[in-house]
Amino acid sequence: MSTAYDEATEGKVYSVNGGDWDQVVADARDTEEERLVVNMGPQHPSTHGVLRLVLTLDGETVTEARGVIGYLHTGIEKNMEYRTWTQGTTFVTRMDYLSPIFNETAYCLGVEKLLGITDRIPERAQAIRVMMMELNRISSHLVAMGTFGMELGATTPFLFGYRDRELIMDLFEYITGLRMNHAYVRPGGVSVDLPAGAVDKVGEFLKEMPKRIKDIRKLLDANPVYLRRTKDVAYLDLTGCMALGVTGPILRAAGLPWDLRKSQPYCGYETYEFDVATERGCDVYSRYLVRMKEMEESLKIIEQALDRIAGPLKGDPVMIEDKKIGWPAQLALGPDGFGNSPDHIAHIMGTSMEALIHHFKLVTEGFRVPAGQAYASIESPKGELGAHVVSDGGTRPFRVHFREPSFCNLQAFPAMAEGGQVADVIAAVASIDPVMGGVDR
Amino acid sequence: MTSPDNLPEVPDAQVPEVPAAPGGQQEPPIARRGMFGAQDSGDTSGYGGLVVRRAPQVSTPRPYGSYFDEVVDALALDDAIERVVVDRGELTLHVKRERLVEVCQKLRDDPALRFELSLGVSGVHYPHLTGEELHAVYHLCSITHNRRVRVEVSCPDADPHIPSTVGVYPGHDWHERETYDFFGIIFDGHPALTRIMMPDDWEGHPQRKDYPLGGIPVEYRGATIPSPDHRRSYS
Repeated sequence: MSTAYDEATEGKVYSVNGGDWDQVVADARDTEEERLVVNMGPQHPSTHGVLRLVLTLDGETVTEARGVIGYLHTGIEKNMEYRTWTQGTTFVTRMDYLSPIFNETAYCLGVEKLLGITDRIPERAQAIRVMMMELNRISSHLVAMGTFGMELGATTPFLFGYRDRELIMDLFEYITGLRMNHAYVRPGGVSVDLPAGAVDKVGEFLKEMPKRIKDIRKLLDANPVYLRRTKDVAYLDLTGCMALGVTGPILRAAGLPWDLRKSQPYCGYETYEFDVATERGCDVYSRYLVRMKEMEESLKIIEQALDRIAGPLKGDPVMIEDKKIGWPAQLALGPDGFGNSPDHIAHIMGTSMEALIHHFKLVTEGFRVPAGQAYASIESPKGELGAHVVSDGGTRPFRVHFREPSFCNLQAFPAMAEGGQVADVIAAVASIDPVMGGVDR
Repeated sequence: MTSPDNLPEVPDAQVPEVPAAPGGQQEPPIARRGMFGAQDSGDTSGYGGLVVRRAPQVSTPRPYGSYFDEVVDALALDDAIERVVVDRGELTLHVKRERLVEVCQKLRDDPALRFELSLGVSGVHYPHLTGEELHAVYHLCSITHNRRVRVEVSCPDADPHIPSTVGVYPGHDWHERETYDFFGIIFDGHPALTRIMMPDDWEGHPQRKDYPLGGIPVEYRGATIPSPDHRRSYS
C-alpha cells in the first residue's frame, strides 16, 4: 500500500487498484484524518477526456477542487508557425475535435480579416459554412448530451446521442470526404463545392432529426432521476460567469442572451432567422435545456441555408475570385475518390506554363498576408471561440492563438463543484462539456 | 569574405544601398535580403537584390473612427497609453506595463466602458523588437455596449515581468499560466504561477521564436526527434 511517492505527499497514501476495497476501507478506518484528497484521472471514464481532478473531501462534500490539464497538449499553435496559412486549417481542425468546422471557420475568418477580404467571400461559401457549422453544432451537442448521460451512469442517452450524431457524420463524410478533421473551410471560402445529391441528403436529415431530438427530450426532460442529478446542481450565476470569462450555453443558462451569431454576426448570420435559447436556472439542467433548444434552432438555420444553397446561390463560386489567394486546384470526384479535375490538369500541364507556375507557387509557398494582427471570434457550441492571428507579412503565421471556450469554461468548474457532493463534480464537469483536445491544443 | 580561386569573386556589398525614403522618414529595419536563406555562395536565384523590410510600428492619429474615439476618451489615461493602433477595424491600446492593472480596472468598471468580459491572454514573441520582445495581448469585450478592445503590453526579454490582472479579471488565472508556460513572461502577483500545459520540470518556453520545433529529447523508449535543421529546411 505504501509507495515511493509517500515522501512527496503529506499523510497516508492509498493506491486503489481495483478489487482491494476491503483493504482500503479497513486502512481508512484506522486513521484519524478527516480530510481526504482524491485524485481522479487523467484516465478516468467520468472526467470527460484526459482531465485530472484533484478533490479534497470532507466526507462526501468537496471542499477544494482543482483541475490539472495539459495531458493532450500537442503544440498545434507552434506547429502552425512552420506551415503556410492554408495548411493551418489542417491543424486547427484537430483542436476541438468535436467541432472541427468551427475551429476552421474561426481561423479562416481571422486570416480573411488580416487579408482584408472579409467582404469578398462568395455568398455561397458563406451559406455552406453556416450550414456546416450548424450541423456541427448539433453533432457536438449530441455528444455533450450523450457523454453526460454516460458519466451519470445512464447508457441510453449515450446510445441515442451517438446514433443520431452518426447521421451528421455521414453528411460530413459525403460532403468533405472525412468524418472528422475535415480541413473543409479554407481562407477565401471552402475547399470544394457540395457534391451532387448533398442537398437532398441534408433535406432528408432535416426531416429525420426533429423526431430524434424529440425522442431525447422524451427520455430526459422530465425524467425524475435525471432531474435529481441535474436540478440546482453546479450552480454558477451570471456574476460568476462574467468574472471567469464563461461563455456559451453556460452563460445562456444563467439568463444572458449573449450569442455572437446575434450580437456580432459573421458569415451572414444577421440574415438568418432564429432565436437565442436562454434559461434562468444557472444549473446543469438549464444548460441541458439550452443545448436542446439550440439544436432545434440550428435545424431552422440549416433549413434556411439549404434553401439558399439550392435556390438563389446555385452554381455560384465557393472560393474567392482572387487568383492570388484562391486555391488553384479544381477538385473533382475522380475514379479514386477526390482528385484534381482532368480539365484543370490538362490546363496546367498542357496549355499554360504560367498557370502551372502559379499553381506550384501558391500550393508550395502559399500567399502572403499583410503584417498586423486580428482577432476573429465565432459562437462555437462551447462558447466564444476566438482566433488571435498575427502576421509579419510572410507566407506563414507569425503567431496564432486560440481563445478556446473549453479552456476558459473549465476554469469555472471549482466554482461550481466546491461545497457540493462528489457525485456532482461529474455533473459539473460534464455540463461544461470541455473537449480536452481544445483545452490543451 | 574569402572565396576560392576557381569561383568568381562575390562582392561583399552585393546589395546596393537602398535610398532613404522621401520626406526624411526612417525606413523600417530590414528583415531579410535575398531569397531561400542562401548566404554562402553567389546569388543564383535571381532574388539577390530583394530587400524585405519589417512592417513598421504604426501609431494611428486621431480621429480613430467608429466607437474608438469614445473608448479612448472615456478611458482618459493618456499618460498610460504608449500608442493607439486602429487596424482592420480593431482598436489596440499599447499600455505601459506598470499601468496595466489600473487601465484594466478602469476598462472594466467605468460605466462608459464596461469591458466586463475578458477573453484571455495571448502572448507574442517579437525577437526583433529590442527592448519589448515579449508581448501579452488581452482581448476585452463589453457586453453592455457590444464593443471590443485589445490591450497590448510589452516587456523586455531581460526583464520579463508584467503585473498580473487576475485581481481584475479572475478568468485570467489559467491564461496567465499558459502565457508564462509558453513565453516565460512572469506575471507578478499571480496567485500560483506554474506551468499549465508543459510538464512541471520542462525547460524553456516552447512558443518563443528561439525555441526550435522538435529536436527535444522525448521520454519514450529512447526515441529521438532530429532537430529541424537536420530534418528539412524550415527557414
